[in-house]
Amino acid sequence: MSYTEIERQWTTRLRRRLVKVLPPEKALPDTQPAYVASWIYVFGVTTMCALAVVILSGCVLALRGPMWWHDSPEGHFVNSLHLWSVEIFFFAMVVHLWGKYFMAAWRGGRSLTWVTGAVTFLVSIVAAFTGYLSQTNFDSQWISTQAKDAINATGGGAYFNLLNFGQMLMWHIVLLPIAAVLLTALHVLLVRKKGVVPPFEDEVKAKP
Amino acid sequence: MSLLAFVAALFPLNTLGHYIHWHIIYISVANLTVIVLMIIVFAAALLAPFPGRKRRTKQ
Repeated sequence: MSYTEIERQWTTRLRRRLVKVLPPEKALPDTQPAYVASWIYVFGVTTMCALAVVILSGCVLALRGPMWWHDSPEGHFVNSLHLWSVEIFFFAMVVHLWGKYFMAAWRGGRSLTWVTGAVTFLVSIVAAFTGYLSQTNFDSQWISTQAKDAINATGGGAYFNLLNFGQMLMWHIVLLPIAAVLLTALHVLLVRKKGVVPPFEDEVKAKP
Repeated sequence: MSLLAFVAALFPLNTLGHYIHWHIIYISVANLTVIVLMIIVFAAALLAPFPGRKRRTKQ
Protein backbone atom coordinates (compact mmCIF):
# COMPACT_ATOMS: atom_id res chain seq x y z
CA MET A 1 0.00 0.00 0.00
CA SER A 2 1.44 3.37 -1.03
CA TYR A 3 1.91 6.33 1.31
CA THR A 4 -0.80 8.26 -0.55
CA GLU A 5 -3.26 5.40 -0.13
CA ILE A 6 -2.58 5.27 3.62
CA GLU A 7 -3.03 9.03 3.83
CA ARG A 8 -6.45 8.75 2.18
CA GLN A 9 -7.75 5.93 4.40
CA TRP A 10 -10.73 6.96 6.53
CA THR A 11 -9.13 5.40 9.62
CA THR A 12 -6.00 7.55 9.16
CA ARG A 13 -7.98 10.72 8.62
CA LEU A 14 -10.34 10.00 11.54
CA ARG A 15 -7.43 9.21 13.92
CA ARG A 16 -5.66 12.44 13.02
CA ARG A 17 -8.81 14.44 13.45
CA LEU A 18 -9.55 12.87 16.87
CA VAL A 19 -6.00 13.50 18.09
CA LYS A 20 -6.24 17.10 16.87
CA VAL A 21 -9.63 17.69 18.55
CA LEU A 22 -8.73 15.95 21.80
CA PRO A 23 -5.00 15.26 22.27
CA PRO A 24 -4.24 12.26 24.57
CA GLU A 25 -2.60 14.49 27.22
CA LYS A 26 -5.87 16.45 27.44
CA ALA A 27 -8.13 13.38 27.33
CA LEU A 28 -6.25 11.67 30.18
CA PRO A 29 -4.32 14.43 31.99
CA ASP A 30 -1.73 13.73 34.70
CA THR A 31 -2.74 16.67 36.90
CA GLN A 32 -5.57 19.14 37.38
CA PRO A 33 -5.33 22.87 38.27
CA ALA A 34 -4.97 23.68 42.00
CA TYR A 35 -8.46 25.22 42.17
CA VAL A 36 -10.02 21.81 41.44
CA ALA A 37 -9.05 20.80 45.01
CA SER A 38 -12.49 21.72 46.38
CA TRP A 39 -15.48 19.63 47.44
CA ILE A 40 -17.71 21.46 44.95
CA TYR A 41 -15.82 19.74 42.13
CA VAL A 42 -16.55 16.18 43.33
CA PHE A 43 -20.28 16.12 42.59
CA GLY A 44 -19.86 15.56 38.84
CA VAL A 45 -17.86 12.41 39.51
CA THR A 46 -20.35 11.37 42.22
CA THR A 47 -23.13 11.70 39.64
CA MET A 48 -21.25 9.49 37.18
CA CYS A 49 -20.53 6.85 39.84
CA ALA A 50 -24.22 6.80 40.76
CA LEU A 51 -25.11 6.50 37.05
CA ALA A 52 -22.83 3.44 36.80
CA VAL A 53 -24.68 1.78 39.72
CA VAL A 54 -28.03 2.75 38.15
CA ILE A 55 -27.06 1.10 34.85
CA LEU A 56 -25.59 -2.03 36.47
CA SER A 57 -28.54 -2.59 38.84
CA GLY A 58 -30.88 -1.87 35.90
CA CYS A 59 -29.12 -4.58 33.86
CA VAL A 60 -29.64 -7.09 36.70
CA LEU A 61 -33.33 -6.09 36.91
CA ALA A 62 -33.62 -6.51 33.13
CA LEU A 63 -32.43 -10.14 33.44
CA ARG A 64 -35.45 -11.06 35.57
CA GLY A 65 -38.06 -8.61 34.33
CA PRO A 66 -40.05 -5.75 35.88
CA MET A 67 -42.18 -8.02 38.14
CA TRP A 68 -39.20 -9.71 39.84
CA TRP A 69 -39.03 -7.35 42.79
CA HIS A 70 -42.65 -8.11 43.84
CA ASP A 71 -42.04 -11.72 44.82
CA SER A 72 -38.32 -12.08 45.53
CA PRO A 73 -36.21 -10.64 48.38
CA GLU A 74 -33.21 -10.53 46.01
CA GLY A 75 -35.32 -8.72 43.43
CA HIS A 76 -36.50 -6.29 46.10
CA PHE A 77 -32.88 -5.64 47.10
CA VAL A 78 -31.74 -4.96 43.52
CA ASN A 79 -34.80 -2.80 42.90
CA SER A 80 -34.01 -0.79 46.05
CA LEU A 81 -30.38 -0.50 44.93
CA HIS A 82 -31.67 0.87 41.62
CA LEU A 83 -33.99 3.35 43.34
CA TRP A 84 -31.46 4.67 45.87
CA SER A 85 -28.68 4.99 43.29
CA VAL A 86 -31.12 7.11 41.27
CA GLU A 87 -31.76 9.23 44.39
CA ILE A 88 -27.99 9.78 44.82
CA PHE A 89 -27.66 10.42 41.07
CA PHE A 90 -30.20 13.27 41.15
CA PHE A 91 -29.00 14.61 44.50
CA ALA A 92 -25.39 14.88 43.27
CA MET A 93 -26.43 16.16 39.85
CA VAL A 94 -28.49 19.00 41.36
CA VAL A 95 -25.61 20.07 43.67
CA HIS A 96 -23.25 19.84 40.63
CA LEU A 97 -25.72 21.96 38.63
CA TRP A 98 -25.95 24.62 41.38
CA GLY A 99 -22.17 24.73 41.67
CA LYS A 100 -21.66 25.15 37.92
CA TYR A 101 -24.49 27.69 37.66
CA PHE A 102 -22.97 29.97 40.30
CA MET A 103 -19.51 29.52 38.72
CA ALA A 104 -21.01 30.50 35.32
CA ALA A 105 -19.40 27.34 33.97
CA TRP A 106 -20.29 28.27 30.38
CA ARG A 107 -17.43 30.85 30.40
CA GLY A 108 -14.39 30.48 28.16
CA GLY A 109 -16.08 28.72 25.24
CA ARG A 110 -17.68 26.06 27.45
CA SER A 111 -21.27 26.70 26.32
CA LEU A 112 -21.61 23.25 24.71
CA THR A 113 -20.39 21.62 27.94
CA TRP A 114 -23.12 23.47 29.83
CA VAL A 115 -25.78 22.60 27.25
CA THR A 116 -24.92 18.87 27.18
CA GLY A 117 -25.11 18.83 31.00
CA ALA A 118 -28.49 20.58 30.98
CA VAL A 119 -29.88 18.24 28.30
CA THR A 120 -28.59 15.21 30.26
CA PHE A 121 -30.51 16.53 33.28
CA LEU A 122 -33.73 16.77 31.22
CA VAL A 123 -33.24 13.31 29.69
CA SER A 124 -32.63 11.90 33.20
CA ILE A 125 -35.93 13.38 34.41
CA VAL A 126 -37.81 11.57 31.59
CA ALA A 127 -35.84 8.38 32.38
CA ALA A 128 -36.83 8.63 36.05
CA PHE A 129 -40.44 9.32 35.08
CA THR A 130 -40.64 6.23 32.84
CA GLY A 131 -39.03 4.32 35.73
CA TYR A 132 -41.97 5.28 37.94
CA LEU A 133 -44.27 3.98 35.19
CA SER A 134 -42.37 0.66 35.07
CA GLN A 135 -42.90 -0.28 38.73
CA THR A 136 -45.90 -2.50 37.88
CA ASN A 137 -47.91 -1.43 40.93
CA PHE A 138 -50.77 0.92 41.85
CA ASP A 139 -48.32 3.80 42.12
CA SER A 140 -47.31 3.47 38.45
CA GLN A 141 -50.98 3.10 37.42
CA TRP A 142 -51.89 6.26 39.31
CA ILE A 143 -48.97 8.28 37.90
CA SER A 144 -49.63 7.16 34.31
CA THR A 145 -53.36 7.93 34.40
CA GLN A 146 -52.73 11.35 35.98
CA ALA A 147 -49.83 12.32 33.68
CA LYS A 148 -51.38 11.13 30.41
CA ASP A 149 -53.63 14.22 30.31
CA ALA A 150 -50.57 16.51 30.43
CA ILE A 151 -48.87 14.63 27.59
CA ASN A 152 -52.10 14.49 25.57
CA ALA A 153 -52.55 18.25 26.01
CA THR A 154 -49.21 18.76 24.24
CA GLY A 155 -50.29 16.54 21.34
CA GLY A 156 -47.49 14.09 22.10
CA GLY A 157 -49.73 11.30 23.40
CA ALA A 158 -49.83 9.56 20.02
CA TYR A 159 -46.05 9.10 20.11
CA PHE A 160 -45.47 8.78 23.86
CA ASN A 161 -48.42 6.86 25.33
CA LEU A 162 -48.09 6.71 29.11
CA LEU A 163 -50.72 3.97 29.32
CA ASN A 164 -48.68 1.70 27.02
CA PHE A 165 -46.55 -0.19 29.54
CA GLY A 166 -44.40 -1.91 26.89
CA GLN A 167 -43.54 1.39 25.23
CA MET A 168 -42.69 3.07 28.55
CA LEU A 169 -40.52 0.12 29.62
CA MET A 170 -38.62 0.21 26.31
CA TRP A 171 -38.03 3.95 26.66
CA HIS A 172 -36.87 3.37 30.24
CA ILE A 173 -34.47 0.49 29.60
CA VAL A 174 -33.24 1.20 26.04
CA LEU A 175 -33.67 4.65 24.52
CA LEU A 176 -33.28 6.95 27.54
CA PRO A 177 -30.32 5.10 29.15
CA ILE A 178 -28.49 5.15 25.78
CA ALA A 179 -29.20 8.89 25.46
CA ALA A 180 -28.14 9.61 29.06
CA VAL A 181 -24.89 7.61 28.78
CA LEU A 182 -23.93 9.09 25.38
CA LEU A 183 -24.67 12.64 26.56
CA THR A 184 -22.67 12.04 29.76
CA ALA A 185 -19.74 10.73 27.69
CA LEU A 186 -19.91 13.78 25.41
CA HIS A 187 -20.14 16.06 28.46
CA VAL A 188 -17.00 14.51 30.01
CA LEU A 189 -15.09 14.68 26.70
CA LEU A 190 -15.97 18.37 26.42
CA VAL A 191 -14.79 18.95 30.02
CA ARG A 192 -11.51 17.26 29.08
CA LYS A 193 -11.19 19.29 25.88
CA LYS A 194 -11.95 22.71 27.38
CA GLY A 195 -10.69 22.00 30.91
CA VAL A 196 -12.46 22.56 34.24
CA VAL A 197 -13.85 26.08 34.52
CA PRO A 198 -11.62 28.29 36.74
CA PRO A 199 -12.97 30.39 39.63
CA PHE A 200 -13.71 34.05 38.76
CA GLU A 201 -10.63 35.41 40.54
CA ASP A 202 -8.29 33.04 38.65
CA GLU A 203 -9.85 34.07 35.34
CA VAL A 204 -9.31 37.77 36.15
CA LYS A 205 -5.65 37.08 37.08
CA ALA A 206 -5.07 35.20 33.84
CA LYS A 207 -6.21 38.17 31.71
CA PRO A 208 -3.40 40.55 30.54
CA MET B 1 -35.82 -4.75 68.60
CA SER B 2 -33.43 -5.27 65.71
CA LEU B 3 -31.58 -2.34 64.14
CA LEU B 4 -33.64 -2.69 60.97
CA ALA B 5 -36.92 -2.55 62.92
CA PHE B 6 -35.64 0.45 64.89
CA VAL B 7 -34.77 2.36 61.68
CA ALA B 8 -38.10 1.33 60.14
CA ALA B 9 -39.88 2.70 63.22
CA LEU B 10 -37.99 6.00 62.90
CA PHE B 11 -38.87 6.40 59.23
CA PRO B 12 -42.25 4.74 58.59
CA LEU B 13 -42.63 4.41 54.81
CA ASN B 14 -45.91 2.46 54.77
CA THR B 15 -48.08 5.33 55.99
CA LEU B 16 -49.64 8.25 54.16
CA GLY B 17 -47.15 11.02 53.39
CA HIS B 18 -47.10 14.29 55.29
CA TYR B 19 -47.49 17.50 53.35
CA ILE B 20 -46.77 21.17 54.00
CA HIS B 21 -49.32 23.60 52.58
CA TRP B 22 -48.42 27.30 52.67
CA HIS B 23 -50.25 29.62 50.25
CA ILE B 24 -49.49 28.25 46.75
CA ILE B 25 -46.68 25.99 48.02
CA TYR B 26 -47.73 22.37 48.51
CA ILE B 27 -44.85 19.97 49.07
CA SER B 28 -44.34 16.64 50.79
CA VAL B 29 -42.11 16.58 53.87
CA ALA B 30 -39.95 13.96 52.14
CA ASN B 31 -39.26 16.20 49.12
CA LEU B 32 -38.67 19.23 51.32
CA THR B 33 -36.20 17.22 53.43
CA VAL B 34 -34.23 16.25 50.31
CA ILE B 35 -34.14 19.89 49.11
CA VAL B 36 -32.93 21.10 52.54
CA LEU B 37 -30.26 18.35 52.58
CA MET B 38 -29.08 19.43 49.11
CA ILE B 39 -28.74 23.04 50.27
CA ILE B 40 -26.78 21.92 53.37
CA VAL B 41 -24.47 19.71 51.27
CA PHE B 42 -23.98 22.53 48.74
CA ALA B 43 -23.01 25.00 51.50
CA ALA B 44 -20.72 22.41 53.12
CA ALA B 45 -19.02 21.72 49.77
CA LEU B 46 -18.22 25.43 49.43
CA LEU B 47 -17.01 25.92 53.00
CA ALA B 48 -15.41 22.62 54.05
CA PRO B 49 -11.62 22.44 53.59
CA PHE B 50 -10.48 19.97 50.94
CA PRO B 51 -7.67 17.58 51.99
CA GLY B 52 -4.31 18.62 50.52
CA ARG B 53 -5.52 21.95 49.07
CA LYS B 54 -2.75 24.03 50.68
CA ARG B 55 -0.06 21.64 49.42
CA ARG B 56 -1.45 21.76 45.87
CA THR B 57 -1.78 25.56 45.88
CA LYS B 58 1.91 25.90 46.96
CA GLN B 59 2.97 23.64 44.10
